[in-house]
Amino acid sequence: MRKVFVVGVGMTRIGRHFDKDLKSLFAEAALRAIDDARGASPQALVVGNMLSSSLYQQDNLGALLADYIGLRGVGALKVEAACGSGGFAVAMGYTLVAAGLYDVVLVGGVEKMSDYPTPTVSAALAQAADAEYEVVYGASFPALNALAMRLYMESYGASREEMAAWPVRMHEYAYQNPYAQLRFRITLDDVLKAPVVADPITLLDSAPIGDGAAALVLASEDVARKLSDAPVEIAGVGLGSDSVDVSTRFDILDPLSVRKAAEQAYRRAGVEPKDIEIAEVHDAFTITGLLSLEGLGLAPRGEAAKLVAEGAFAKGDRPEVNLSGGLKARGHPVGATGVYQVAEIALQMRGEFPGVKASSPEVGLAQTTGGVLASTSVIILRR
Amino acid sequence: MRISPARIWRERGTRYRLEASRCRKCGRVYYPPKTVCPACGSRDMERIRLPERGRLLTWAVEYTVPEGFRRYAPIILGLVEFDNGARVLAPIADARPEELRRGMVVEAVLRRVYEDGNEGVIVYGVKFVPVEE
Repeated sequence: MRKVFVVGVGMTRIGRHFDKDLKSLFAEAALRAIDDARGASPQALVVGNMLSSSLYQQDNLGALLADYIGLRGVGALKVEAACGSGGFAVAMGYTLVAAGLYDVVLVGGVEKMSDYPTPTVSAALAQAADAEYEVVYGASFPALNALAMRLYMESYGASREEMAAWPVRMHEYAYQNPYAQLRFRITLDDVLKAPVVADPITLLDSAPIGDGAAALVLASEDVARKLSDAPVEIAGVGLGSDSVDVSTRFDILDPLSVRKAAEQAYRRAGVEPKDIEIAEVHDAFTITGLLSLEGLGLAPRGEAAKLVAEGAFAKGDRPEVNLSGGLKARGHPVGATGVYQVAEIALQMRGEFPGVKASSPEVGLAQTTGGVLASTSVIILRR
Repeated sequence: MRISPARIWRERGTRYRLEASRCRKCGRVYYPPKTVCPACGSRDMERIRLPERGRLLTWAVEYTVPEGFRRYAPIILGLVEFDNGARVLAPIADARPEELRRGMVVEAVLRRVYEDGNEGVIVYGVKFVPVEE
């Protein structure tokens, strides 16, 4: 396996881009990443995307997007793992370079969600759940996560106020991130009084619906030096899964897919949870973020909510988590999110992140998941 | 969601009779059924029927529902646990959210879950209702 480096990053602001279609949104991020990598010429394209087929009536995304950004002729494909598609796309791009098939690979993530009303988007997102045994009953994605949230609060005695500390912090960080969708501050009271989506989950426990694209240029070691003064190494990648149906989980409060992916990523990078200085974790809902912190070994089981409410994982702590504002407030253009996370950590390591800055981290972690913590990727980055 | 009569018919055992799979080697029970035991890897799985009564483990009250389910909102979605360890995800009917509590006994009933317009197929399925103890 060869070493792989991030040598270029590009992002669009997340939001309701009514003036841009899927292709032009992607192009904006992809061309920025290529420019950032001194005009590199990618030899392959990997695109993370969940909803193009169900919501945008578009398949064959790899070739479509490669051609649109001037890469006609290169091999291109889409990677789908529901809301975790972006992280799996990074893993796929990493593998192509690490295995020696290509020296320079463009990894992008793109999602176009705002063209349709919420119930239509909600039905498309629900396809991440089990069609025969969950979706058929009208189960929405927030409702399936609400099952876990209620169980978490009852089993560990976590209060609603403690759970609300997370979204408040995410909005504080997103307020300072020019790429974020929800750039406003909220209070604990706002979370408690927000409209209920699927009790106990409120609107302010949930990531917003938005459009966005992010891209990375990945390169092998010898090429990386030519394309960047500050290449960031992808030091370890791990992938994991769990049952898509919530009902047959061995333990609903043990995020197996996160644990499995993290164990591999830590081992391959030769690090432990205590070595992680900065992390971006998957907080599509408050409960998802808390369970992710526990699965990653950053918080002991059952204690993430209390620790967060006491101020842990904030700017200045170790690790500093979701300085971007997280899925909650930076936004969650589902298939692009995992690519945003890696781009954000790479920018933090270069000292160029335009929002809340980390304390010059050497080791970082990005984790995304699809479904109710069913498909997880963990990527360790090292400066 | 799009309805196909073949798709509904194919699931008749699991959907209407609550058929689960039980691992003959380690004894774990799965609903929906699995072909290979996720816990021990055994392929020696038998079909069993779940009991009609179980206990409510956790639930969600869904106000924002996917397209096509507007008229059923709010949907109470429950996770019901049986004595043999299996769980079933299904709507809770004939109950108000404030009555629900963890561990309460619920019973399976056959109800309509979805109608595909006035002339389309009506999908039936299991829901759970609270039982007086």
